[in-house]
Amino acid sequence: MVQYTVRRVAQAIAVLWAAYTVTFVVLYALPSDPVSILLNQAGGTGRPSADQVAKIQAAYGFDDPIVVQYWHHLVDAFQLDFGQSVSRGQSVTSLLAENLPPTIALTAMALVLTTVIGGGLAFLATYVGWRPLRSFLHRLPAVGVSFPTFWVGLLLIQLFSFSLGWFPATGSSGVSSLVLPALTMSLPTSGILAQVLIRGLDDTLDQAHIATARAKGLSRFTIHTKHALKNASLPALTILGVLVGATVTNAVVAETVFSRLGIGRLAQQAVLAQDIPLVQGIVVLAAGVFVVVNLVVDLIYPLLDPRVLQHSSSRSLAPVEVAA
Amino acid sequence: MTLADVELVRFTPPAAERDGTSNRARQTAHALLRRPGFLIAVAYVVLVVLSAIVPRLFTSGDPTQTAPKDKFLAPSLSHLFGTDELGRDLFTRMVHGSALSIEATAISVGLAVVVGLTIGVVSGYAGGWADSLLMRFVDVLLAIPALLLALAIVTALGFGTVNVAIAVGVGLTPGFARVTRAEVLRVKTLPYVEAARSSGAGPLRVLRRHILPNSWGPVAVLAVLDFGTAILAVSSLSFLGFGAPPPEAEWGSLVAAGRTYLVTSPWLTLLPGLAVGAAVYALNHIGKTFEELQRWH
Repeated sequence: MVQYTVRRVAQAIAVLWAAYTVTFVVLYALPSDPVSILLNQAGGTGRPSADQVAKIQAAYGFDDPIVVQYWHHLVDAFQLDFGQSVSRGQSVTSLLAENLPPTIALTAMALVLTTVIGGGLAFLATYVGWRPLRSFLHRLPAVGVSFPTFWVGLLLIQLFSFSLGWFPATGSSGVSSLVLPALTMSLPTSGILAQVLIRGLDDTLDQAHIATARAKGLSRFTIHTKHALKNASLPALTILGVLVGATVTNAVVAETVFSRLGIGRLAQQAVLAQDIPLVQGIVVLAAGVFVVVNLVVDLIYPLLDPRVLQHSSSRSLAPVEVAA
Repeated sequence: MTLADVELVRFTPPAAERDGTSNRARQTAHALLRRPGFLIAVAYVVLVVLSAIVPRLFTSGDPTQTAPKDKFLAPSLSHLFGTDELGRDLFTRMVHGSALSIEATAISVGLAVVVGLTIGVVSGYAGGWADSLLMRFVDVLLAIPALLLALAIVTALGFGTVNVAIAVGVGLTPGFARVTRAEVLRVKTLPYVEAARSSGAGPLRVLRRHILPNSWGPVAVLAVLDFGTAILAVSSLSFLGFGAPPPEAEWGSLVAAGRTYLVTSPWLTLLPGLAVGAAVYALNHIGKTFEELQRWH
């Protein structure tokens, strides 16, 4: 167990370092010209003077070789210093800290909703006996993952804010403003969770120990909850870890649609402003969250399923990909 | 998010094409024809792709033609999707917008297939340190949520349809690399490959004649599913304002433009989004049907 933990932690740190490196390469070493992007950003119009360019280069260390720049940035990042935001003239770290709490609240709520909706749907889809309803419920998750998040958000605003007036359409104050954006973020992820759980439940319900439980005369409900769901929810735990990444991603869209404060909206504005240090800070933060959550999942997993330790070497850190 | 990987379940790929597959092809065709849902999905996707290639087939209107008198018309027979704040016909704008959106999707999936396939084949076939190195790289790409990686790439490359497409394609690449590698690893050890190798076939020949033809199945399914993922990602980035600048219209930017009028003219946002969602759903359905069919064989 100790060996397993040490290896997982080391792997997580390595991935985080590599993720930092990838974003550095993308943002600072791609053929684009960071100096002119930064100058445009600073409000300069027309051709920048050589003086301005030199000043920017010195301030951001662009006159150093790229490897030296990388080293300085990495050392700074290690101390949680991601430099100055160009568009806001504030340190990236303080901007992230300011915008983090509303996004954490939103993400937490979205994950709870994902578990409830995804889990509930999977349970119903496998529990219901009436065939037409059953096959309808089996197909429903695919609908959830097919519609653009921004569209779902706008649809919810139209329905629950403008037509019914139940929840506010925009803003970041109070719990009621959390409901619609969190729901928006959770629909696609619950679709994925439900698909995985449904598959797991269908497989588990075919197994011999379920037949034994039935033969013993246990009720359908008991078999479903105690025997099937428990087994099927193990893979779902891994998926849930991966879905945290998707949820952070969805926050970019949801916070933009609902005009909420938070990391996601900050990301959208940072990209619009081509604010390189801020974009890098956000991407590294997101990668960090993703890595940490999956580390936690990986560390909890053997407690729930001791078989993992026996062949843990074959499991990889990111077993499933969840893209935008 | 791709349900692709979540959905991707191992199955046996079709055996070599030569040994009497016409029979199997006929069976497959029959099985597909018996599925009305599949046919509808294919028909819809074909229509969408057609609209991207020859928009004139669907509408004779001009997407930029303004008609101030006809602004904010609700959907009707003469304006299927209604009109926007300048009186432009939304259906016409959607149809013309699909050219850019489908182009972006094709670029991103194409990039992901070519790069991912190469990484996967090299990794699976070569093994050893090349394999470890490439797979660690793939792991790292997977650790950065794809949309955020795309945001970083768009920041560096600048805005526009092609840049958005490249950014999305990079995010899709690791999935292809993994699936291809897994397939190559599986096929590589099959007896007939061993036989080919021991009878003196060179590595390239084994790869080209024996491994690749038998490992494309799952990759093809993933490509279909990723078309849907790419449509979603591309339209999200375009909705966020990183795609083609106005008055060019993409699916995502159309929804973003209509958003201002959500209270008074909800069709401006809801109908384009519905059309996009339907396309993604259709692609998912097609991908899954292929997957099921392959699993049975």
